[in-house]
Amino acid sequence: MLTLLLILLPIISGLIVFVAPRSASKQIAMISALLSLALGIGVYAQFDASIGTQFAIDVPWIDMLGMRFHIGIDGISMLMIMLSNILMPLIILSTSKDNYENSALLYGLMLIMQGAMNGVFVALDMFLYYIFWELALVPAYFLVLWWGHGNARKITFKFFIYTLFGSLFMLVAIIWLSLQSNDPSTDISSIYNVVIPENVQGYIFFAFMLAYAIKIPVFPFHTWQPDTYTSAPSPATMLLSGVMLKMGIYSIIRWVIPVMPAAVEEYQTTIIVLASIGVLYASAIAWVQKDLKTLFAYSSIAHVGLITAGILTASASGLQGGMIQMVAHGINAVGLFFVCQILFRAYGNHTISNMGGIRNNAPLFAGLFLVVMLASVALPLTNAFPGEFLLLNSVYQFNPWLCLLAGSGVILGAVYMFNAYKNVMLGEAEGRSKSFVEISGADKLTLVIIAGLIFALGLFPQTITGLTEHSVHDIIMQYQSKISGTILR
Amino acid sequence: MSQNALNLITLLIPALPLLGFVIHILFRDKISEKIAGYHATAWIVISFVCSLILFNHVRSEGAIHVQLFEWFSAGDLSIPFAFQVDQLSVIMLLVITGIGSLIHMYSIGYMHGDDGFNRFFSYLNLFIFFMLTLVMANNYVLMFVGWEGVGLCSYLLIGFWFKNPEYNKAANKAFIMNRIGDLAMLLGLFLLYQYAGTLTFDGVSARFDPSSPDYFAPDTHMVTAITMLLFIGACGKSAQIPLYTWLPDAMAGPTPVSALIHAATMVTAGIYMIVRSNLMFSEAELTMQVITVVGIVTSIFAGAIALKQNDIKKVLAYSTVSQLGLMFFAIGVGAYEAAMFHLVTHAFFKALLFLSAGSVIHGMGGEQDIRKMGGLRSYMKVTHWVFGFGVLAIMAVPPFSGFFSKDTILAAAYVKSPVLWVIGLVSGLFTAYYMMRLYAVVFQGQPRMSEHTKAHIHESPSVMTIPLMVLCALSIVGGLMNIPELFGGNKSMMHFLEGVVPIHEHHVAVSTEWMLMAIASVAIFLVIFIAHRKYRINWVVPESDAEMSGAGKVLNHKFYVDELYEMAIVKPMHMLSNFFYKIIDLKVIDGVVNGTAQFTTWCAGQLRLIQTGTVSFYLFMMALGMGAIVLFIYLM
Repeated sequence: MLTLLLILLPIISGLIVFVAPRSASKQIAMISALLSLALGIGVYAQFDASIGTQFAIDVPWIDMLGMRFHIGIDGISMLMIMLSNILMPLIILSTSKDNYENSALLYGLMLIMQGAMNGVFVALDMFLYYIFWELALVPAYFLVLWWGHGNARKITFKFFIYTLFGSLFMLVAIIWLSLQSNDPSTDISSIYNVVIPENVQGYIFFAFMLAYAIKIPVFPFHTWQPDTYTSAPSPATMLLSGVMLKMGIYSIIRWVIPVMPAAVEEYQTTIIVLASIGVLYASAIAWVQKDLKTLFAYSSIAHVGLITAGILTASASGLQGGMIQMVAHGINAVGLFFVCQILFRAYGNHTISNMGGIRNNAPLFAGLFLVVMLASVALPLTNAFPGEFLLLNSVYQFNPWLCLLAGSGVILGAVYMFNAYKNVMLGEAEGRSKSFVEISGADKLTLVIIAGLIFALGLFPQTITGLTEHSVHDIIMQYQSKISGTILR
Repeated sequence: MSQNALNLITLLIPALPLLGFVIHILFRDKISEKIAGYHATAWIVISFVCSLILFNHVRSEGAIHVQLFEWFSAGDLSIPFAFQVDQLSVIMLLVITGIGSLIHMYSIGYMHGDDGFNRFFSYLNLFIFFMLTLVMANNYVLMFVGWEGVGLCSYLLIGFWFKNPEYNKAANKAFIMNRIGDLAMLLGLFLLYQYAGTLTFDGVSARFDPSSPDYFAPDTHMVTAITMLLFIGACGKSAQIPLYTWLPDAMAGPTPVSALIHAATMVTAGIYMIVRSNLMFSEAELTMQVITVVGIVTSIFAGAIALKQNDIKKVLAYSTVSQLGLMFFAIGVGAYEAAMFHLVTHAFFKALLFLSAGSVIHGMGGEQDIRKMGGLRSYMKVTHWVFGFGVLAIMAVPPFSGFFSKDTILAAAYVKSPVLWVIGLVSGLFTAYYMMRLYAVVFQGQPRMSEHTKAHIHESPSVMTIPLMVLCALSIVGGLMNIPELFGGNKSMMHFLEGVVPIHEHHVAVSTEWMLMAIASVAIFLVIFIAHRKYRINWVVPESDAEMSGAGKVLNHKFYVDELYEMAIVKPMHMLSNFFYKIIDLKVIDGVVNGTAQFTTWCAGQLRLIQTGTVSFYLFMMALGMGAIVLFIYLM
C-alpha cells in the first residue's frame, strides 16, 4: 500500500490544489510534498537493503493484454523515490518568494508530475511503466508552455514532440517484447526471462535507447534541452533536470541492461563514445554561453553524459557511481537553477555580462553559490566526487582513451564554472549589482539545506551505495549470466 | 600512552583547524579581529603540539593508523576514510603546523585592519586542514581530497581581494592549471587501481616490496604509465614545466599566503606524493629520467627568469619554482631523502624570505617594485637582518641550512653522473646571483622611494618580527637535522625516514666529496662576488621596463610563455567552443532535428487533405476501422 501511496499522494494532492482556494495552493503543495517526504522516510526506515524488491503490489489489471498493476521497491527504486521526495519540498520552498500567475495550476501540475515520476520508479510492469513515463511528460509540457519565458510555444512544442517521438519507439519495442512470451505479458518477471534473439536485440536496444537518449539527453539528441531549461520557469527546470532526466538513466538500468545484454555488450561502445564526446562538447559550449541558465543547462548535458557512459559499462563501479551521481546531480542542479532564479529576480534575466560584483553585497549568497559550484565541479568532500570518481574509473577500465575524453569535464568544468562565478559574483559592484540584496528567509534556508546535503553525502556516500548495492548486484548478475549464457550457446 | 589517547591526538591534528574554520565562517561577523586572529593561531599551535607528541611516538614506536569509516565503495574497490602517521607524514606535520603557526601569528599583524580579516583566517585554517589531510591520508583518494582541497584554498586566497579583476584571473588560472594535473592524477589512480587492485599506500607499497607476500614482478610499461600520470599531477601542484605559470601569478594573494601555501607547504605536495610512492617510482626508469630532466630544466629556466624580475614577490616566486625543480631533480636521481631534506630547509628559508618581503611591502605601504626601494637596511633593521640570513641560506653558503640540503642533492647527482652534478650546480649559481641582486637592490644603496613613502617606512610590529626571528633561527641551523658523515654527523633525518624511504647509499670517496663541495662553494662565492660588485658596490638599479631589450626583455617577459599558452591553447579552445556552439549545435544538429520536424509538417500538410469535413466520410472510415479491428482479433 505504501508504494501505491507514494504515487497517489502527490497526484491526489495535485488535484486538490487545482480546486482549493488559490491563496492556499503553495501551502497545500508544501504540505503534500512534506507528507510525501515523510512517507518516503517511513518506507526507507522499514526498507531492508539486503534483499530485493519489497512493498510490492501485484494485481491483474488488463488481462487481455497481459498487463498487471505491479509495483514494488528495490534499492534503486528506493533511492530514486528518496531523490524525488527530497527535492520536491526543496523546489517548492525555493518558490516561496515567487508569485506565479495561476499558482494553483502550477503547483498542481508539479505534484502530479512528482506522482507520475514516482510511478516510473516503482513500476514493475512495462506497460504501467510506460503509462507513468508519458504521464510525467504532460504536466512538464504545460509547465513550460504556460509559465515559460521567451518563445515558449515553439520551444515547448519541440520538447514535447521530440521526447514523444523517442517514446513511441519504446512503445513499439515494449509491445514486441510483450508478445514474446506465450501469454502476452509485460511483467518484469517475464520481460527479464524473455530470450531475445540476438539479431533482434539490436533493434529493441536502439528503440529503447532512443527514448532515453532524448530524455537524458545524450549527445547528439540534446538540442531540445538548453532552450527548454532556459525558457522553463525555475521550478519546472528543477523538476526536469533534478528528477525527470533521471527517469532515462534509471530506465537504462532497469529495462535495458538486464533485458538486452547481448545488444548492450555489442553497442555499449557506441553509446559510451557518444556520451563521452558529449562531455567534452557540452563543456566546451558551456564556456561560451552568455546566459547563465543556458550555461548550467549545457553543464547538465556534460554531467549526465558521464553518468550515461559509466552506466553503460555495466560494471559495479559504473552503476554505483551512477547512483551517487544521480542524487548529487539532482541536488546540485536544483541549487544551480535556484541561484539562477535568485539572480533573475534581481536582474530580470540571466545575462552574465549584466552581473558582477554581487559578492560585495551578498557574501552569504556568494558563499553558498560557491559551495554548489564546487559540488558541480566534483570537488572532494562534496556529493559529486565519489560518483565522478567511480564513473570515471568505470570508463577507464572500459577504455582509458574514452576516460580521457569523458574526463575532460574535470578541467573544462572548472573553466566554465569558475569563469562564470568570477563574472557574476566577483569584482566591483556596478549598475544593478549595487542594489543587490543579500538572501534571507526561505531562499537562505533552501540554499543552506542544499549545502548541508552536499557535504553530508560527500562525506557519507555509503548511505547511497549501501542502499543500492544489493539491487545493483542483481542487475549485474542478470546481465552477466545472460552474457555468459550467450557465449555458451 | 594508550591507543585511544593516541588516536584522539591524531584526529585532533586535522580536526582543530577544521573546527577553527567552521567557527570563523559561522561567526565571522560576530567576533572581533583580535579574537579571530589569536583563536585561529591557537588551533594551529595546538595541532603543532599534538604533532610533536606524535613525532616522539613515531620515533620510538613506529607508524600510527586510525581507521574511521569506509568512505565509498563499489564492487572490489573500497576507499577507507583513514589516517596514517608514519615518519614521512610526521615530518610534513611538523612543517605544516610549525610554519603554519608562525605564519598565522605573522598574519595577525600583516592583515590588521583588512575588511576581510576574519575571512582570511578562516581560509587559512581551512587550508591547514586540507594540507594535513593530504599528508595524513592512508590512501591515494583521501590524499586527493587534501590535494584538491588545498587547491581550493589556494584559489580562495589568491583571489582574496576579490574586487580586483586581475587577482580573480590569477585565482582561476591557479585552479584550472591544477585541474589539468589533477585529471592526469585521476587517470593515474585508475590505472594504479587496475594494476595493484588497491589504492592504499601500504597496499601499493607491498606490491613493489620484494620482501612482502603481495609482491609481484613489476610490469615496466604499466608502472611507467602510472608514474608518468602521477608525475603530471605533481607538475600541476608543484609548479613544474609545463604547468608552472600559475605560481608566479598566484603572488596576487596576501603575502603570508605566498609564504605558507605557495612556498612552504602546498607546492611541496607533489614532492611528498612521489616520495610517498617511492617504491613504485623506483621501478620506472623512464619516469625517473623524465623527472630528472623536467626538474632541472624547470630549475634553471625559472632561475633565469628570476634574474630579471623587478617585483620582490615575483623574484621569490620564480625562485620557489626553481627550488622545487631542484627537489624533483633529487627525486629523479633517486635521492628521495635529499628531496625531503631540501623540502624542509626550503620551507624554513623561503617562508622567511616571503614573510620578510611581506614586512618590506607592509612597511613601504604596499610597494612591490624593487626599483622603488633601496637602502631599507637603515629603516627596517630586523627585517634586514633576517632577510640577509634567509638569502645566505638559500644561496647555499656554508654553514647555513640550504648548504647542507643542496649539498646532499648535488652529491647524489654526482653519483649518477658528474654531468648532472654540473647542471645542478648551475641552478645553484642562478640562485646565488638573483638573490644577491634582490637583497642588494632592496636593502642596500640609496633609498629611491618618494619622500612621502620614505616618511612612513616603519619596522613591522613584533607580532610579525617574532615569527621572522624564529624562522631565521631555523634557516641558520636547519641543516643540523641531517648533517652528513663528512662533518661528523649521522644523517639523522635520513635514518629517521628509513622505514618509508629506503636508504640511498652513495659511494663517493671522502676526498672527492670534499673536492666537490669546495668547487661548488667557490663557484657560488664567485657568483655572489660578481653580483655583489654590481648591485652592492656600484649600486646598479635594474633598468625600467622601457629600457629593456634583448635577452633581458625576454627574461623579464618570462620567455613569453603566458602569451604562448594564450595563443596556442586558450584562444584555439575558445574558437573551437564557439564553432561547436554556433555551427555544430545550432546549425548542424539542430538543423537536422528541425528539418525532420519540417518534413513531417509537410507530410501532414498533404495528409490534411483527407480531412474533408464531411461527416459521412468520417463515418465510413470509422466503420472501416472497426471492421479491421474485428478482423484482426478474429485472425489472432
